[in-house]
Amino acid sequence: MILIEYIVGLSGLLASALFIYGLKGMSSPVTAVKGIVTAGWGMAFVVAVSFLQAFRVPDDVLPHLPVNLGLAVLALALGGLLAGWKGRTVAMTAMPQMVALYNGMGGGSAAAVAAIALMKHEGGTPLHLGVTVTGALIGCISLTGSIIAWAKLDGRMKKPVRFSGQQVFNGVVFIGTLALGVMTVVTQLQGSSDGGLFAMLFFAGALFFGLCMTAPIGGADMPVVISLYNTFTGLAVGLEGYVMSNPALMIAGMVVGSAGTLLTLLMAKAMNRSLSNVLFSNFGASSGQAAQGPQGQMKSVDPADAATTMRYASSVIIIPGYGLAVAQAQQKLYEFVKMLQAAGVDVKFAIHPVAGRMPGHMNVLLAEAGVPYDMIYDMDDINDSFATTDVALVIGANDVVNPSARTDKSSPIYGMPILNADQAKQVFVIKRGQGTGYSGVQNPLFFQKNTSMVFGDAQAVLSKMVETLKSLGTN
Amino acid sequence: MLTSMTLIIALYIFMLAAFTGYVVISRVPSILHTPLMSGSNFIHGIVVVGALTALFTATNIVEQIIGFFGVLLGAGNVTGGYVVTDRMLAMFRPSTKKPGQSATDKKTAS
Repeated sequence: MILIEYIVGLSGLLASALFIYGLKGMSSPVTAVKGIVTAGWGMAFVVAVSFLQAFRVPDDVLPHLPVNLGLAVLALALGGLLAGWKGRTVAMTAMPQMVALYNGMGGGSAAAVAAIALMKHEGGTPLHLGVTVTGALIGCISLTGSIIAWAKLDGRMKKPVRFSGQQVFNGVVFIGTLALGVMTVVTQLQGSSDGGLFAMLFFAGALFFGLCMTAPIGGADMPVVISLYNTFTGLAVGLEGYVMSNPALMIAGMVVGSAGTLLTLLMAKAMNRSLSNVLFSNFGASSGQAAQGPQGQMKSVDPADAATTMRYASSVIIIPGYGLAVAQAQQKLYEFVKMLQAAGVDVKFAIHPVAGRMPGHMNVLLAEAGVPYDMIYDMDDINDSFATTDVALVIGANDVVNPSARTDKSSPIYGMPILNADQAKQVFVIKRGQGTGYSGVQNPLFFQKNTSMVFGDAQAVLSKMVETLKSLGTN
Repeated sequence: MLTSMTLIIALYIFMLAAFTGYVVISRVPSILHTPLMSGSNFIHGIVVVGALTALFTATNIVEQIIGFFGVLLGAGNVTGGYVVTDRMLAMFRPSTKKPGQSATDKKTAS
């Protein structure tokens, strides 16, 4: 029996090593696929080996063991098949909400582990119980919070839920939940019969707080929120790993917890917001000063003329935004780019850190269309090149190229790092209409002398551009 | 599985794991942020192992139900996280046929 303990323990060690190695591999596009596959093998192995534990359960469990094993296999198959099928079929644009959903599931799983640990009174020291309850709290918040994030990104919940005194209300819910958590620990220690009641109220409170905390946050801030809940789930898993005396859970959970913290802060920084600002400021609702800023005449230009200009330029930088993905025009764009390249134009893509619905999301969407990643440049790598570039083509992006962020201190987006599209010799902006971006801020770039607007749906405009290039030939 | 673990050793593990996570992520280009979030999402799916352990030792119907949902959700986390990450990463490809070079080329260009 002691042998099984060693095998199970060592399998966790091996899995932890493979996870870290895999995560390391994921830090470069060249080794990334190998990285996730490596981590995947580690996971498959440790899950398979964990079934050996069925051979060393305490005697009182033996009569229930067949049912437990059956339930385990059924749950694995059901959860795996459903999530796997959904993950295979979901569209790339819907990726962020899927990540949110899977993340919430992990939080729920950690909370379930905590619930069973509480019911079993395992190693009931105050510390042990305190860690169990803390992990449960974080896991529950991650579960319901992620579900709200999913609903918002999926368009099922269109408006943030806000009411006056909300912050106070949320504060009261949180403190109440904490108090219930403390009561859960105290009653468990006393062995009191009220323990179960307090535990149930505590779990309900924690789940409810996750809803309250996420409901007022605007849809545009969801990437930061998803990343935060990813961190939360990691921490919850790490804490429950301590409760279960399972170092593999502790390591994997904490690695994700710290990596997720870093990612969350990077994302918040790219949006020029602090994390507390994202969570508590209700940004996006109050920016009613939309009509401010420069007014003037926008110049509009025909798609064919714009395409011809680019065809005879020597360098073009393309700045795609989420609008491109909404129009499903990535494929068309790449077709256009390939024709430009064939004509000898130097084409690059410039990606703002918050382009898309999640940092890096735009890269994924372009990759799906077949754009090679070495044509895609981060903001810091390309921003100095705009001044020497003939044409900047902005498609479905707005706030990330708004020069007010550099100059206008009264602008809500002042200080946000932007792509210097305005410095290119000629700027084309493909845009549906004359509206403002999600922040509701007018964009002076559109009124610049060297800017021409190409109004229309990105898909339709790009189709016309492709046709124009075809008619021009490649000589 | 360890039968006992002192608080101190647990804190050491947490400390080292936290540094590991920080160091591994800090060099990741933003192009990989989404797959990476999804990949780390997959990794914390190891909670399914904890849920399995809990379910194996269930002795009454309530524990079995909670354990069942714990494993169900954990399995969803693992499989979904893996599939989605793998799909995203499989799409990244370089334009030249020299995979090793492109990443470094990019840094030096302009």
